[in-house]
Amino acid sequence: MKTLLLRLLVALGLALPFVASHANEGGYPWDSFPKEKMTDHAALQNGARIFVNYCLNCHSASYMRYNRMHDIGLTDDEIKKNLLFAGEKVGDTMKVTLDPKQAKAWLGVAPPDLSVIARSRAEIGKGSGADYLYTLWRTFYRDDTKPTGWNNLAYPGIAMPHALWQLQGERRAKFVEVKNPHEQGKTEERFAGFEQITPGTLSDLQYDEAIGDLVAYLQWMGEPAQGTRVRIGVGVLVFLGLLVLLTWRLNKSYWRNVH
Amino acid sequence: MAEMQTAPPGAGAPQRLLNWVDNRFPLSKLYNEHLGQYYAPKNFNIFYVFGALSMLVLVMQILTGIFLTMNYKPDAARAFESVEYIMRDVPWGWLVRYMHSTGASAFFIVVYLHMFRGLIYGSYRKPRELIWLFGCGIFLCLMAEAFMGYLLPWGQMSYWGAQVIVNLFSAVPFVGPDLALLIRGDYVVGDATLNRFFSFHVIAVPLVLLGLVAAHIIALHEVGSNNPDGVEIKATKGADGHPLDGIPFHPFYTVHDIFAASVFLFIFSAVIFFAPEGGGYFLEFNNFIEANPLKTPAHIAPVWYFTPYYSMLRATTDLMVNVLAGLLALGAVLAILRGGFGAMAKVGVAIAALVAVFLLKTFDAKFWGVVVMGGAVMILFVLPWLDRSPVKSIRYRPDWHKYVYGAFVAFFIVLGYLGSQPPSAAGNWVSQAGTLVYFGFFLLMPWWSRMGTFKPVPSRVTFQGH
Repeated sequence: MKTLLLRLLVALGLALPFVASHANEGGYPWDSFPKEKMTDHAALQNGARIFVNYCLNCHSASYMRYNRMHDIGLTDDEIKKNLLFAGEKVGDTMKVTLDPKQAKAWLGVAPPDLSVIARSRAEIGKGSGADYLYTLWRTFYRDDTKPTGWNNLAYPGIAMPHALWQLQGERRAKFVEVKNPHEQGKTEERFAGFEQITPGTLSDLQYDEAIGDLVAYLQWMGEPAQGTRVRIGVGVLVFLGLLVLLTWRLNKSYWRNVH
Repeated sequence: MAEMQTAPPGAGAPQRLLNWVDNRFPLSKLYNEHLGQYYAPKNFNIFYVFGALSMLVLVMQILTGIFLTMNYKPDAARAFESVEYIMRDVPWGWLVRYMHSTGASAFFIVVYLHMFRGLIYGSYRKPRELIWLFGCGIFLCLMAEAFMGYLLPWGQMSYWGAQVIVNLFSAVPFVGPDLALLIRGDYVVGDATLNRFFSFHVIAVPLVLLGLVAAHIIALHEVGSNNPDGVEIKATKGADGHPLDGIPFHPFYTVHDIFAASVFLFIFSAVIFFAPEGGGYFLEFNNFIEANPLKTPAHIAPVWYFTPYYSMLRATTDLMVNVLAGLLALGAVLAILRGGFGAMAKVGVAIAALVAVFLLKTFDAKFWGVVVMGGAVMILFVLPWLDRSPVKSIRYRPDWHKYVYGAFVAFFIVLGYLGSQPPSAAGNWVSQAGTLVYFGFFLLMPWWSRMGTFKPVPSRVTFQGH
């Protein structure tokens, strides 16, 4: 057994240092998305509001039906009054009329559909898609070398401008040159904080909360059944736990007669 | 033709119905031969539940597959959307989808454990070689089924994984490009590929799979199960003609398997309801982006259950081919010097080795990578004839044999891990070592399986009362 474990450790030990060094190359570390927002209907509804008002102009969410928002506590009337602006019906999906070809010409790339964006951006070892989105939306900064005038720490070279700049205001990112830990004699730029150029309508804390709400909505929209799934899951596991207990004792009672 | 039996006088309606059926269909006979009077060894341990669990997962995949097919659209423009439609708008569609995707991974976990049981207890040995061959056929079908099923959601990983693997077939000499064209249905993976993969995944391969599973079980019931001690229970029969160490499958193993199934379902449900993505291994994150033929993902890797073989494919570099050529030459030299062959045979071996080394150096390492990857699966078929151990079960082999099996398993797992990672220098070395260990385990088995001091095998099974 010891030899086996030793062999396994040696084999893994050979591979691990190279895996670890890859992790450092992973880019800007992601913040943790506040998961408690997922069970907060007010946060999810606020997120829906922000999404429809700021994102839905360029991005579509063509698998998401407006009336599924009943699940986060909105009525048909509330959806119609607050979230439908272009004659959509409440049973329609969140499609937009932006022509992908024109979008590519204007922005360089067609804005992706956001229905399952929170599910697609997760990375093993870095965090969930919600973590990524929460970080992305709080790390935009002004960059005049880019065509849109904006850049992003979590996604360097992003083609999207800061769609929420009015809420956050404009910020600049400070970089300092430090020694490159991986290459001798070379330096690299390390992020050293933001500085506000012009204020937005929300304070830092309010903006963070708003982004938390938006990302919670995106996470929910990626899988609207997730709440039901977890709730039913508890019941299923309780039932199956009982079943395991009963079948275990039944099995034991039959096998007591086998010698 | 059997004579019609009449029901005994005063028999109730159920018994008369059974009698009517038995006169036209061997229902009671089948029940007795395969359940009520089918004797299985009483000393099965936990490794023996995985066959029954495989059957459970197969049934589950078929049933959930039937319901998914009701709403899935096998059209490149509509596939991704239809899966999301199932997840959102079809009542309980999300549950059926998760059962099917988790079921695919569960199938491989269960089947790998089932095969491992066969490996350690010598379940493939005479007279059970055919059971093992049918099982290897099932494994091949399962891999094809999983590979083709994975294209259906039409995500980035689906598309590009299929593109990479189908391109491997084009490395086959002479017929390669035409073969790849036949599989793909077009010059690149596209709508044509999706349509034919759908057809194979939904009906062609499942039919073959069901036939092979039936053959597998019929072959098993013909000779009876092996057991952890490798003792043939039919060698010691009681006065009633039944094996002394056997117990009727029903009710002892039906109730045992029901218990095992409920434990399995508990773990399975925990995954479905609380972590259906399996940390990104059961439902890969990149697959939530619709397939884009113009955008290659940064890192293409197969699903976790294919990663050990993928590792071996990647490990077969030009250097590795040279090493293999060297080993082949060494093997030929040993065969000539110590094989005890006649003069003609020795010349034959020498010529064969020269031809093989020539081929190794002529064809691209890419082709040999495909051969190594395919060979890793195909070598399982010949296992019954590689194992020359005087005992069946690992329990009565020399202790150091257990370390050999342990090393095999450890390297298989490490190969699997490395296959899921991007290629790296150290990973390359370890993969190459792992490939050599994997093939060495099998190809050298005729020699190492006979070495060492074996323990005496009892005539009766070792069994602790429950």
